Amino acid sequence: MSEPLVARSGRPADELTVDAVRAGLLEINDLRIHPDVLCRQAEVAESLGNPQLGENFRRAAEMTQLDDDEVLSLYEALRPHRSTPDELLGLATSLAERGLPRCARLFEEAAEVYERRGLSA
Amino acid sequence: MEHQSESTDRPVGRVRFMDLQRVNLDGFAVEDVELGLVALHSPHDPEPEVTITDGRVVSLDGVDEAAFDAIDAYIARHGIDVDVAEEAMALDTLTWASHLVTPQFSRAEVVRLAAGATPAKLAQVLAILTPGELVMAMTKMRSRRTPSNQAHVTNRLDDPLLLASDAATAAAFGFREIETTVPVLADAPSNALACLIGAAAGSPGVLMQCSVEEALELQLGMRGLTSYAETISLYGTEQVFVDGDDTPWSKAFLTSAYASRGMKMRVSSGGGAEALMAGAERRSMLYLEARCVALARAIGAQGVQNGGIDAASVAGSVPRGVRSLMAENVMVMMRNLESCSGNDALMSESDMRRTSRTLPIVLAGSDFSFSGFGFIQRYDNMFGPSNFNAEDIDDFLIMQRDWGVDGGLRTVPPATIAAVRRQAAEATRAVYGHLGLADFTEEQVELAVDAAGSKDIGPTDTLAVLSAARAISETGINVLDVIGALDECGFSVESERIMAMARARLSGDYLQTAAIFDENMAVLSMVTDPNDYSGPGTGYVPTAERQQEIDAVRQARSVDDLRAEQAIHASSLLGALGSATPGTDPRDVVIGLSPAVGRDIWRTLSGQLVVDVVGELLAGLEEEGCVGRLVRFNHTVDLGQIGLAAARLAGSGIGIGLQGKGTALIHRRDLAPLANLELYSTAPVVTPELYRLLGANAGRHAKGMTPDPARNPYTDEAIEARYHTKVIALVALERLRVDGSGPEALSMEGIR
Repeated sequence: MSEPLVARSGRPADELTVDAVRAGLLEINDLRIHPDVLCRQAEVAESLGNPQLGENFRRAAEMTQLDDDEVLSLYEALRPHRSTPDELLGLATSLAERGLPRCARLFEEAAEVYERRGLSA
Repeated sequence: MEHQSESTDRPVGRVRFMDLQRVNLDGFAVEDVELGLVALHSPHDPEPEVTITDGRVVSLDGVDEAAFDAIDAYIARHGIDVDVAEEAMALDTLTWASHLVTPQFSRAEVVRLAAGATPAKLAQVLAILTPGELVMAMTKMRSRRTPSNQAHVTNRLDDPLLLASDAATAAAFGFREIETTVPVLADAPSNALACLIGAAAGSPGVLMQCSVEEALELQLGMRGLTSYAETISLYGTEQVFVDGDDTPWSKAFLTSAYASRGMKMRVSSGGGAEALMAGAERRSMLYLEARCVALARAIGAQGVQNGGIDAASVAGSVPRGVRSLMAENVMVMMRNLESCSGNDALMSESDMRRTSRTLPIVLAGSDFSFSGFGFIQRYDNMFGPSNFNAEDIDDFLIMQRDWGVDGGLRTVPPATIAAVRRQAAEATRAVYGHLGLADFTEEQVELAVDAAGSKDIGPTDTLAVLSAARAISETGINVLDVIGALDECGFSVESERIMAMARARLSGDYLQTAAIFDENMAVLSMVTDPNDYSGPGTGYVPTAERQQEIDAVRQARSVDDLRAEQAIHASSLLGALGSATPGTDPRDVVIGLSPAVGRDIWRTLSGQLVVDVVGELLAGLEEEGCVGRLVRFNHTVDLGQIGLAAARLAGSGIGIGLQGKGTALIHRRDLAPLANLELYSTAPVVTPELYRLLGANAGRHAKGMTPDPARNPYTDEAIEARYHTKVIALVALERLRVDGSGPEALSMEGIR
């Protein structure tokens, strides 16, 4: 038996109904995917010969704890010529401390490569 | 012998005529390696190579680690399976290529090896596949067993009612993904909303995207107004990549951002893009694309939209460029990713050439054969015209039927099209009204339902659209508001369908490779519906029900349909008068009619009534002082036999044979059946004047003259293609009336 599917908010998937909308019971966070589900999808992807897709899902599982604005601002920080290496490393440290080690590694790598390739701010 | 070239400036007529053909509007480039105008291979492409030290890639396609650019660096760290790299790189190109096309060599094994291959290696392998081999490779290598298709739905005005109507229609036709975009960026939220509602009116489970600037697109998705994204662009050189305001790391982050909200995404690349931006660095299009595809896999995207895309015509301008576009798609499949296979930019003014570009992919079947079939007319496509557009829907449906392949589309009955368009437009009007976004009138709904394009809907209040879009943004309207509004306004089917899509975000099943929803909301992906092609008789085969959908184009006619069409024109004329007898008058000419005339067949292929044709023949005879009479022969459907039998009954020894479909000839009693004096074989284009001339010429033959034979009218149209089905059905009706009974005299009363 697989576990019943729940949203990141904890609401079971079978409570996502038009009736519930009508009753004003739902909010947009009830449509957010749960990190455990992403980790299970990562295992599926890895078993089908795509570990990179698995890694993406695991990184995404970490990112479920970020709100929309923070996702957008972190994306902005990774675009070329936006951040200094120190700024990227600072973000990496903070992400690692908050339990997003895979995201942190992206920022660490970016800091190193951007500096070498002239892509830093 | 030496031929002097003509020194005149003006080419001869044959060349002037060739110059006028539409293909010559296209641009063709001489291969130019310096500019990257080279498709499959450049002498500056690196030799495939990889060096692995302590489990780390320290050299990739001839570049040492210290000199890696951002793309090399990302691929080296994340995109090469170091455990199989040695094996994959040691395989020679021919063996590799053979693995791709040999059915018995499994897809899984190719995928395993490709994970260890460098970009240059895969480019080299794909460069040697012939077109037929590419079709084989695509058949075997695509991820999902069931092929599918994506539509563009946009219009010049961003008119919400029209967007919704067209999205609904596209969904009803079978498109499983709909991509919209905007001519005015600020309209994006309104377009997303209108297409979301429209798609739901057309079918359950249609994935929807709104292609705009990266951050805005992500925001629309986070609010549930869209369900996937694909315009996350990758490029094959660092310079062009950075010009696109991203790096591999920012794209990797964005890829995960979509997954973190339960949204499907794929990246977008495509040969020729770097050359177009003067940044190809003397590399071939295929090699640069190989870098993009390797990067797509490395950053963890589940799929790639490639095959030229915006630069398809750049690839198309060089030798073997079109072949290279298909090779790009196959490369995506080798990397175990979803292929959304291009064909979304009009790459030629020539119908033949653009069909030639697309057809092999449709024949092989792809996860999406188009990354945007233009479901609207060319002028309404805000991506620019696609390679196939609304103008080509019927062509595509019939191509599916011709080849017995599943291109993802079906024929939709006209009444269903009208119904889904109305449902979509009314639901959209209701939601915009309920949410206070805009007030549309009943008349605007009517116009959108009936419109074949935005030129048919009159002026749109574009400021109202803009203000609706702004209101959606500012008030933070999300998918739950839309579901609630649909429900409140009585559109329960649409609200349930959108709810089902929102709920599907929680399971993440449609994040997996090549995922779509079928019309029962089941996910079809590499996980649930893996391609299992391993030779003839395996892989995807349409179900009997699906085959019937493909076969039953609305233009198809049966004998019963033709019989009913003929019956509309039935009359009491041409009544049977009893047995026909031989004539003795030297002016007597018999018009011999085929067995179904006056019973089942009343109208010829040209659209003239048989009685009118007979009237012209009689009038022609009369002009020459002859007297015609009508006799129906029931022993044969053969016109030569009918004409000869008529001649043998005639006092003059001259007969006219006329089949119900309008084919006519003059016969003489002493000739062999297959000989004749004059023949109109092209029944669909014979005019009343020509029938009268045939009658007159028969009269002249009766008088012993030698008239100038009537000539078949000329046509350059595909007359046989248009009429053969009818001919076969009409002859079948004739044959059903053959009973061996003797000739019957028919009444001439009421004729002329």
